[in-house]
Amino acid sequence: MSHDHHDHDHHDHDHGSHLSEVQARVRALESVLTEKGYVDPAVLDHIVEHFETKVGPHVGAKIIARAWTDPAFKAALLADATRAVVADETFGRVGDHLVAVENTETQHHMVVCTLCSCYPWDVLGLPPIWYKSAPYRSRVVMDPRGVLADFGVTLPAGTAIRVWDSTAETRYLVVPQRPAGTDGWSEEQLASLVTRNSMIGTGLALQPGEVKR
Amino acid sequence: MNGIHDLGGMQGFGPVVDEPNEPPFHALWEGRVLALQRAVLFTRTWNLDAFRYAQECLPASVYVAVSYYHRWFLALAGRAIHHGLLTQAELDAGHAKGPAAPVQRTMTLRDVELGKVRSPFGRTPTQSARFKPGDRVRTANIHPLGHTRLPRYARDKVGRVEVVHGCHAFPDAIVAGDGEASAWLYAVVFSSSDLWGNAADPSLTVSIDAFEPYLEPA
Repeated sequence: MSHDHHDHDHHDHDHGSHLSEVQARVRALESVLTEKGYVDPAVLDHIVEHFETKVGPHVGAKIIARAWTDPAFKAALLADATRAVVADETFGRVGDHLVAVENTETQHHMVVCTLCSCYPWDVLGLPPIWYKSAPYRSRVVMDPRGVLADFGVTLPAGTAIRVWDSTAETRYLVVPQRPAGTDGWSEEQLASLVTRNSMIGTGLALQPGEVKR
Repeated sequence: MNGIHDLGGMQGFGPVVDEPNEPPFHALWEGRVLALQRAVLFTRTWNLDAFRYAQECLPASVYVAVSYYHRWFLALAGRAIHHGLLTQAELDAGHAKGPAAPVQRTMTLRDVELGKVRSPFGRTPTQSARFKPGDRVRTANIHPLGHTRLPRYARDKVGRVEVVHGCHAFPDAIVAGDGEASAWLYAVVFSSSDLWGNAADPSLTVSIDAFEPYLEPA
């Protein structure tokens, strides 16, 4: 794991010696909980590896690409996203209460958790720092166009915006609009256009020719 | 509680900053905190709602100053000490000094798959839903010191029921001590002017997922 010892950073307030102090405190907590038999370090390793290597936006991108190419699947996804996703083993497993909302020419959706950090992590992986940050959580329910501008996204003035505040255990997945000029593309090609942010609503799907970050 | 965690509609936090190619964790200890939180949650000593409430109860100045996983660490260590899983002295020393308290279960490699899917929060209803899609409702004007999932910006507001999500575990009552509490859950949508006044972006609507005890007919 090459990023183990990064001395970040601009996005949080823990710096330098303070950071190493936290690291030592976490190590102490793990040691005590392990010595007392509450946790098994091998289990912890497994959990970390799962979130570092197994789940991520690639899972959601496959779901979106399928929705773009299979109208019956899209209808099932919008009706009951958990049921639609678990019906196909290629998507991996997903928890209950997943809700998919579809962006159109006239309606854009954005997802937030103003109270903590609720996020559809089984289809998108762990949330990015900005999603958990005060700037996003405070502002998107009031000024979504201002937030979109921070991401370099401008929507037509006439586009309605719905912000879904994830205040319970429902988890929202945005189905972005399929870009024009992708007729005949395979699901795999289409999935390469589906960014994480496009499935949260702070971005749009990439255009053909744009390189996925 | 009316804590700093309840951020919706606050101003002055600056722009949202995206980090290209952001890794899942920015340091080794962040992943350990996430894994510890999940493994300890598995012991059923406390639940996810109590873990959220523990973060809400951190001093506001701490909540805004520390990083996300640092906040998790503080809440996790605080809960663990509160429930007697360890003592402050043990945490300070980094070693156990006494016997372990009994817990319901511990996570083994055989259980680890369970932690990869979100737990189900649906519950069997004991009564029928009070509201249906289209109903106009007013949210409660409440300011409890305990845990609630009704954000301040959406209190005492008139909205419309859009979706009936079913009957779910009810966090407010669970954290207050009723571990089996459940309530019907609805997506309730508000106009931007009802939330933010006449200067609000007219193209905006906001929805929350609201538990039935938060709602009265309007």
